[in-house]
Amino acid sequence: MIVRIMGEGQVEIAPADIDELNSLDSELEAAIESGDEAEFRAKLHALLDRVRQVGKALPEDSLEPSELILPPADASMDEVREMLGDQGLIPG
Amino acid sequence: MIFKSKANKALDRMEDPRETLDYSYQRQLELLQKVRRGVADVATSRKRVELQINSLKQKADKLEEQGRKALQVGREDLAREALTRRSALQSQMAELQAQHDNLQAEEEKLTLASQRLQAKVDAFRTKKETIKATYTAAEAQTRINEAFSGISEEMGDVGLAIQRAEDKTAQMQARAGAIDELLASGALDDFTGTRGDDIQAELDRLGGGRDVELELQRMKAELGQGPAPREAIEAGQPGQAAQQNQPAQPGQAAPPPPPAPTQQYRQPGEGL
Repeated sequence: MIVRIMGEGQVEIAPADIDELNSLDSELEAAIESGDEAEFRAKLHALLDRVRQVGKALPEDSLEPSELILPPADASMDEVREMLGDQGLIPG
Repeated sequence: MIFKSKANKALDRMEDPRETLDYSYQRQLELLQKVRRGVADVATSRKRVELQINSLKQKADKLEEQGRKALQVGREDLAREALTRRSALQSQMAELQAQHDNLQAEEEKLTLASQRLQAKVDAFRTKKETIKATYTAAEAQTRINEAFSGISEEMGDVGLAIQRAEDKTAQMQARAGAIDELLASGALDDFTGTRGDDIQAELDRLGGGRDVELELQRMKAELGQGPAPREAIEAGQPGQAAQQNQPAQPGQAAPPPPPAPTQQYRQPGEGL
């Protein structure tokens, strides 16, 4: 699955890693619902760090679209709320 | 997700898909120019803050030198005043340094974004020429869709990155402008120049006074009217006072801030 972290570029995620990212995503969602800024920041960074860690960077001249787009690390809670659909940042 | 749907809508409205390719390529080049201008703007702001830091540092160094001189002549009160003013300047410098680091991070992000976009625009141009050369209406829509999907997403992302950098730079420039005004108006000179000069004046007077006394003693000795001037005056009590007081300089022991968990993105709440 191809994932974009806004402001950073695209990475490819192996299917085996998606479950773990999903659970980090759920934690982030919960943090947003609780409205706790510090918790939100920590969970967002945890998700992004993990994506950077397991993701393999796409070549810069790739024109592949991303299956999902993650907000930048310094995004505000409101920005992320706007990006969120019903499914969290990572669908499924 | 957001960008994809918008890009596809724009695409559907176009009559000849090949025109869409050229039109999009033009927009990509415009965006590349915009992101490069963005990098230049942020760099300009960063340099401005650097100049301000340097100018405050010169004032702070001058105050430190004055403090030392004051101690050498035993004027602890003057030294304390000079160091107090210096400490106020140092906290200003620390704030500016934080702004500077922020701008530098923004500059690096935009530089990387500009490199990524450049690579993708080049790839798009190649693809566009291939599609146009082998154009058949039947397959064009699909292939053009493919060419578009990645680049339009990148353009959306870069566009937002530029917007964020512009917002941050605007905030910084407002603050930098305020400090420039302060420097120009001489209000900061209350800490250094104007009022600093009263420290200097007093030191000069004291130094001059001592020189006059020494000169007088020397002349008296030559004329056989009194003892030779004691060189020990230089290393006498005022000098010792200086030694004892120097470690007490304020503003030197500010501990470094704790490291942030995610190094480059450590500005919570600094979104749009």
